Amino acid sequence: MRKLLKYLSDYKKECVLGPLFKLLEASFELFVPLVVAAIIDKGIAEGDHGYIARMCLILVFLGIIGLVCSITAQYFAAKAAVGFSARLRSALFKHITSLSYTELDTLGAPTLITRMSSDINQVQSGVNLTLRLFLRSPFVVFGAMIMAFTVDFDCALIFVAAIPVLALVVFGIMLFTMPMYKGVQKLLDRITTKTRDNITGVRVIRAFTAEDRETEGFTEENDILTNAQKAVGRISALLNPVTYVIINLAVIWLIQRGAIRVELGLLTQGKVVALYNYMSQILVELIKLANMIISISRAIACGRRISDIMDTNSSMENGTVMEGKNDSPAVEFRGASACYKGCAAAALEDISFSAQRGEKIGIIGGTGSGKTTLINLIPRFYDTASGEVLIDGINVRDYDRETLLDKIGIVPQSAALFKGTIRSNVGFGSEYTDADIISAIEAAQAKELIEEKGLDYEIEQGGSNLSGGQRQRLTIARALVKKPEILILDDSASALDLATDAALSKAIRELPFSPTVFVVSQRAASVMDADKIIVLDDGAAVGVGTHDELLEDCEIYREIYYSQFPEEDSNEE
Amino acid sequence: MKNKGTLKRLWEYIKRSRMWFVLSVVLALITTILTLYVPVLVGRAVDAIAGEGMVNFGTLSFVLMEIGAVIGITAVCQWIMNTINNRITYSVVRDIRNDAFRKMQRLPLSYIDSHQSGDITSRIISDADQMGEGLLMGFTQLFTGIVTILGTLYFMFRINVFIALAVVILTPISLFVARFIANRTYSMFSEQSVIRGEQTAFTDEMISNMKVVNAFGQEKTAAKEFDEINERLRKSSLKAVFFSSITNPATRFVNNIVYAAVALIGAFIACGSGGVFGLISVGQLASFLSYANQYTKPFNEISGVFAELQNAVACTARLLELIDAEPEDDKADTELMDVKGSVVMSDVSFSYQEDKPFIEALSVSVKPGENVAIVGHTGCGKTTLINLLMRFYDVNSGSVSIDGRDIRDMSRKSVRRSFGMVLQETWLKTVTVRDNILMGRTGISDDEVIAAAKSARSWGIIRRLPQGLDTVISNSGGNLSQGEKQLISITRIMLDPPSMLILDEATSSIDTRTELAIGKDFNRLMQGRTSFVVAHRLSTIRNADTILVMDSGHIVEQGSHEELIKKNGFYKRLYTSQFTTG
Repeated sequence: MRKLLKYLSDYKKECVLGPLFKLLEASFELFVPLVVAAIIDKGIAEGDHGYIARMCLILVFLGIIGLVCSITAQYFAAKAAVGFSARLRSALFKHITSLSYTELDTLGAPTLITRMSSDINQVQSGVNLTLRLFLRSPFVVFGAMIMAFTVDFDCALIFVAAIPVLALVVFGIMLFTMPMYKGVQKLLDRITTKTRDNITGVRVIRAFTAEDRETEGFTEENDILTNAQKAVGRISALLNPVTYVIINLAVIWLIQRGAIRVELGLLTQGKVVALYNYMSQILVELIKLANMIISISRAIACGRRISDIMDTNSSMENGTVMEGKNDSPAVEFRGASACYKGCAAAALEDISFSAQRGEKIGIIGGTGSGKTTLINLIPRFYDTASGEVLIDGINVRDYDRETLLDKIGIVPQSAALFKGTIRSNVGFGSEYTDADIISAIEAAQAKELIEEKGLDYEIEQGGSNLSGGQRQRLTIARALVKKPEILILDDSASALDLATDAALSKAIRELPFSPTVFVVSQRAASVMDADKIIVLDDGAAVGVGTHDELLEDCEIYREIYYSQFPEEDSNEE
Repeated sequence: MKNKGTLKRLWEYIKRSRMWFVLSVVLALITTILTLYVPVLVGRAVDAIAGEGMVNFGTLSFVLMEIGAVIGITAVCQWIMNTINNRITYSVVRDIRNDAFRKMQRLPLSYIDSHQSGDITSRIISDADQMGEGLLMGFTQLFTGIVTILGTLYFMFRINVFIALAVVILTPISLFVARFIANRTYSMFSEQSVIRGEQTAFTDEMISNMKVVNAFGQEKTAAKEFDEINERLRKSSLKAVFFSSITNPATRFVNNIVYAAVALIGAFIACGSGGVFGLISVGQLASFLSYANQYTKPFNEISGVFAELQNAVACTARLLELIDAEPEDDKADTELMDVKGSVVMSDVSFSYQEDKPFIEALSVSVKPGENVAIVGHTGCGKTTLINLLMRFYDVNSGSVSIDGRDIRDMSRKSVRRSFGMVLQETWLKTVTVRDNILMGRTGISDDEVIAAAKSARSWGIIRRLPQGLDTVISNSGGNLSQGEKQLISITRIMLDPPSMLILDEATSSIDTRTELAIGKDFNRLMQGRTSFVVAHRLSTIRNADTILVMDSGHIVEQGSHEELIKKNGFYKRLYTSQFTTG
């Protein structure tokens, strides 16, 4: 939490000046009761109109200074708070981009987005509020007490008694209710999840006629929530009446005491009024302080969530090697195993094979057999749990990250596009000539797309104005344009029909920069022509070889192949 | 007009705690008036201590006792009132939320399909909250605010008409100042929210696809673009935050001016030179000054309350719109029992939008135990057919009957219960895997669940999860792949399957080998059960007893695989383009 404060360091000046001006304003406010006392004791008592008018002018003057001071304070506070949140947001964004896949999996996109938006906004208002009010309220409370001492020592002792009692009540109630409010928030989250589940799953719920049971569950949770809300409400409802009673008891005591001292000629009527006014000021400030502490503690909770993310560091250390060896295979797996965080069994076990430059490697296997896990090890999206993965004879862990990524073009399973043009999506952050982009698009079999729409065609967020197949082909072009040494296609032709898929395979085979190609697929047809096919089953390689070899001696490959090319069918066509 | 209806409907909910409501209003009245009475008493006490040797202790102790009694009563009333208000608020929110949820379960699919899920969720959750906070708390504030203003006016005018007039004339200035600042800052806030929206969209896109950004090493480019938006947001926020924060100091300044004016006029009059203005005591001046401090507060609060009330009324209206939506009619209470499984659709027509006819004159007849495959291009009406069978939607004309009985005469629940359904878009709840498979069915042992999982080939996946069957699925199945989720959905119907089945692309994300493995269990499952299978894979389709070939809402061909291939028509073309290797 404390670490977040460093983003305020550029605004040290503002952080001092803001509260300072606020305190100035408060000090002027503290003089008001004294002026009023003077009006009563001198002006009214002596009937001095000129004096009264002068004193009232002083009141106006105090008001003007207060206004100037507090606007200045607001400006510094706003500048520091807004600047702080901007720096924090930028730092958080950069931090998120530095996380590895393992952390991204654990944290999840929705969490990160909330941290980036509403949590930071809360922290911003928390900082703003703190700079403006956090010092002011205690200052006014104690200031009022000190002023009371200047008025009358004896009566001021009542303040000394009343303030701790008030503070005890206010903070006691808050300390008690804060965890309860947290509990309420959790319960609210539960019924939110339940509601969302019920809407997205409406067809399944109705198909299983589980509506009544679901409603029952919701009503139950809703009751729990309501009871929790009522319980915390009952306690926080005490705050106002109790503080009210304490302050007014103090007022009674004050007047009683004051009366005796006035009778003895130790105090004047105007000063009693001044003391009474100070007491009222304290009540107002304490209530403000209590409200403020609620908002600030909310902001602190948000800040803590943000710093949790900041403390989550990438579990990978960047290597330093900038160049591979020339005489080694392009990619080599040596007994590589992989394990996802929080999963009981290994996702990939003891994989060994090597791929020579320019070879095509097919990876085939069932759902959940570890295909994507295998190819994710090549660009070091995840680290191996044991064994190693080498590119050009160097362990991927030893490479400088950018050097490693430069070698590899990857087409992920989900065809993610960004808001922007076709050009910006294919070029994706780097500068390429139009000719390069067009030839990549042609190789990706999306020529007709640019013929029809042009390179400057605007793509909506998530590529929602393109079909699944079009999106997939553009993500392929995005990987091809960088002319990678290693090209990885993760089931990325699933939305293409077989003819296009075949044409794509042909185009990739004929790429002038002849990359080493990894093709993950469920279709035997897409990997049949590979130099080497790796058959995965439940995380283990059950066969490595060419199509013909595997058909000969790999039971699982045969099953896959014949499930797609039934034997009797070959006669029909 | 609309507001009126909304409030009236809300009253229906509040009415349930009518007595509490009345009590709360009475208590609010007592509390506010007594609170206002305290300064008057304090004024009297001050007057009793005029100066050295002039203190009237008799009056003083009487007044002080009075003050003690008044604050005691006030505090008790206030606490009870707060508690009652909480009680009313939370109960109303709970009731209205329950009603909304219950209604949601009965809404026609057409309503749910045409609204975003986030929209309905936010109505039931956050709109209900805002209604509670804004409307009910707002009303309390409004009510006490108005009573405070009227009470203050009464006490002030009783003490001295002229000073009271001065206060009444001067205070509205602070309202004008607040309004003026709010108007000026409005455009700054809207600029801020536009940029903030832009930034959220960018963040959303980048973080959701962070893996792609990472894979292409584009972190720096993304961060640069982010910083550009971020800097614009900073500038615009600074303006909005700063200028709007002037409101408080400015209104406080106006209050200080009013205070000074009251002190001036009050002191002059108290000197005895008021003449026609009358005479007030020092104590009364003290009361006046504390009123001058309090008087503007409710005004400022009320102007805030109005904005909140407007928002709350809008939220309530959205919530009520959901509650008032027409539910699925379920007049038919005949239960569909002991289903044999003959399904006849005769002359069915149906459309999602009135002006766009979709399915027309469709007739199909399926014998008990028959396996029917439905094929066709995307959007040809395959899924619609299933919507009609399950009574997710009802036909516009014609009829669908099961075992010779029109399903519109049967209760929806019993129709749905007679089908086991797996959809392409798998859905998993945020509960344990076991509860996801059981779907509320009771009296089923873990062994049976495991057996079902084994035949659905999902056991290998479940076993590998951290807590096996007890693993709570998070984020709608976040870490499971689409195929894995499909296998778990299939497990649901492998457990205690009904007499008819609907499989809508149920295996589309599962690899062919696993599909083949499940196939055996599926075949056993389909044995003797009428089944409707939407699929694009040849292996799934070829074995069907009947294949329905659909095109833009019509059945264009119908028959077995061999018959249709021989026919050399639509199916043959579809078959050669989609299913073969070309």
